[in-house]
Amino acid sequence: MFFIELAMRNLRRHKVRSVLATVGIIIGVVAIASLGIMGSSLSTLIGGMVSDVSDTVLVTPHLAASSGDPFDPRNTLTASISTRNVGLIEKAAGQHRVVPMIVASDRLRVRDTSGYVTIHAMPAADIPFLLEREAGLYPQGRSSGVMVGSLLADEFDLHPGSRIEVGGENIRVVGIAAERGMGIDINPDYAVIVTEDWYTERHGDQDYSRVVVKVSDLSAIEDVKAAIDQQINRRREVVDILDSREILEIYYETIDAMNIFLLGIGGVSLLVASVSILNVMIISVTERTAEIGLMRSIGARKREVLRMFLYESLILGILGSIIGGTISSVVAYYASASVGDLFADFAVSGEAAIPISVVIGYVAFAMAFGIGTSVVAGFYPSWKAAQLNPIEALRYE
Amino acid sequence: MSGEPILRFEEVSKIYPLPAGDVVALDRVSLTVDPGEFIAVMGPSGSGKSTLLNMMGCLDVPTAGKIYLSGQEISQLNDDDLTRLRRDRIGFVFQQFNLIPLLSAVENVEFPLILTTDREESRRRAVEVMRAMNLNDALFTHRPGELSGGEQQRVAIARALVNDPDLLLCDEPTGNLDTKTGTAIMEILAEENREGKTVIMVTHDPNVAAYARRTIRIVDGRLA
Repeated sequence: MFFIELAMRNLRRHKVRSVLATVGIIIGVVAIASLGIMGSSLSTLIGGMVSDVSDTVLVTPHLAASSGDPFDPRNTLTASISTRNVGLIEKAAGQHRVVPMIVASDRLRVRDTSGYVTIHAMPAADIPFLLEREAGLYPQGRSSGVMVGSLLADEFDLHPGSRIEVGGENIRVVGIAAERGMGIDINPDYAVIVTEDWYTERHGDQDYSRVVVKVSDLSAIEDVKAAIDQQINRRREVVDILDSREILEIYYETIDAMNIFLLGIGGVSLLVASVSILNVMIISVTERTAEIGLMRSIGARKREVLRMFLYESLILGILGSIIGGTISSVVAYYASASVGDLFADFAVSGEAAIPISVVIGYVAFAMAFGIGTSVVAGFYPSWKAAQLNPIEALRYE
Repeated sequence: MSGEPILRFEEVSKIYPLPAGDVVALDRVSLTVDPGEFIAVMGPSGSGKSTLLNMMGCLDVPTAGKIYLSGQEISQLNDDDLTRLRRDRIGFVFQQFNLIPLLSAVENVEFPLILTTDREESRRRAVEVMRAMNLNDALFTHRPGELSGGEQQRVAIARALVNDPDLLLCDEPTGNLDTKTGTAIMEILAEENREGKTVIMVTHDPNVAAYARRTIRIVDGRLA
């Protein structure tokens, strides 16, 4: 207790210096905690984004080089799966539902605005199966109109009954698809959804861009994949087969790498803080050399001197971490909200709320790291102080 | 008092190795100090008198020879044991930098006791010794910087005595004080000696040395 008090008095004697060292720790702790929380809120969001398609096997044309990530730029290449192969997939999938789709683009014109838009074409019967309806009806047959994604509808103020121009043809919007978020199988929110018949009537018979297999029982995923692989890829690689779990893994790998990167930035700021603690402590030890000599000569042991100085850096660390932890809890609250906002712009319906345990976990981790760093940084100067020769230290001026 | 000397040096040498060549600070010094003595150590600067005092006070160990403190050999003790001896059996008064600036007067005095004893007992004992030094209670809570030189030195003596040491060692105790204050400090030391405390002080002032009952002269590391 006595040495703690002595340490506190010394810190108080040099207020400015102590405050600055504490600010360093505060910044480091806030950086680690808030970046960690931000990273985890991102993974929460992405998790929410893709977890709703956990029952999906996605079959895409085999690429010579690809990461398997559907958003990989290499995947924009216009390869396709033939009708024959879709038949083989259907055979392999057995009772599981197979949805072949054509993903294309065409010119959209609404009133006086125009531009290209994604077109999803699939068998009329599969549209209600894959997409939920926000308003209106599902498109049927060849000419009963199209469905539009909810965000596209918001942007152009479209309602069932609105008229739009697709590929130069004036057509009626029959329904609005419910917002769905980014999925591996289909991203309809900014797209126009049409029936396959409607599309082929205008563009001729087409091969398919991708085939989605919805597995009714999650445990069957591996079997379905193996069966498709067996059917189509026996002689040469024709299609890539991915399930949503694999895709999730790819996402989480990316997110984890980003989390580590973010934590690394926080770590660097704590490293800087620890250098400032080291500096402050070295100055403190140098200034107090004669005092240390006196204490040693009247009976303070090495370990007591060591303790006295370690307490100083420990107090700085604890103080900085408490303040930093408090600030980061507040920051975390706003940061997660703003991350949520940011992603809402990208049409993500995922939940932005981070579990409180994650926040506490990161704040506690950052605080422990802050205190630990301070003690480590303070150790060398404290050890130097303890090793001083009392006679020489006494003479030091 | 028993016949055992409180301090005995047997052929004690201290050599400091320096790049320019070894410096012999003490050269085969033998001496005996009996309990209750009042000794002045005199000699020119660099003669080795501070080295001698440091060794008496367990601050340093000899390169060769043996030192006995109350019969216990201390020349081979490790740092922790030496520190414990300083804490429990030695009282130090230095010429300068005597007090810890962060501590109040009374805290300075109780410092050696706090390391071993509980705070209340330390405080009680510190106050007792400070009063015996004629220090006004009002000064107890002052920081060293707020005290006069004479007051600081009296606080330092109180601290040196608070652990009831076998040996009171003083390095130029009046060196930074004016004559009148210095005399008052010497009176305190003489009084402590009359009460039975063994006092050894280094000085180059003959008037100060006159308080002692024995004078040891040291030149070039040897007793003269």
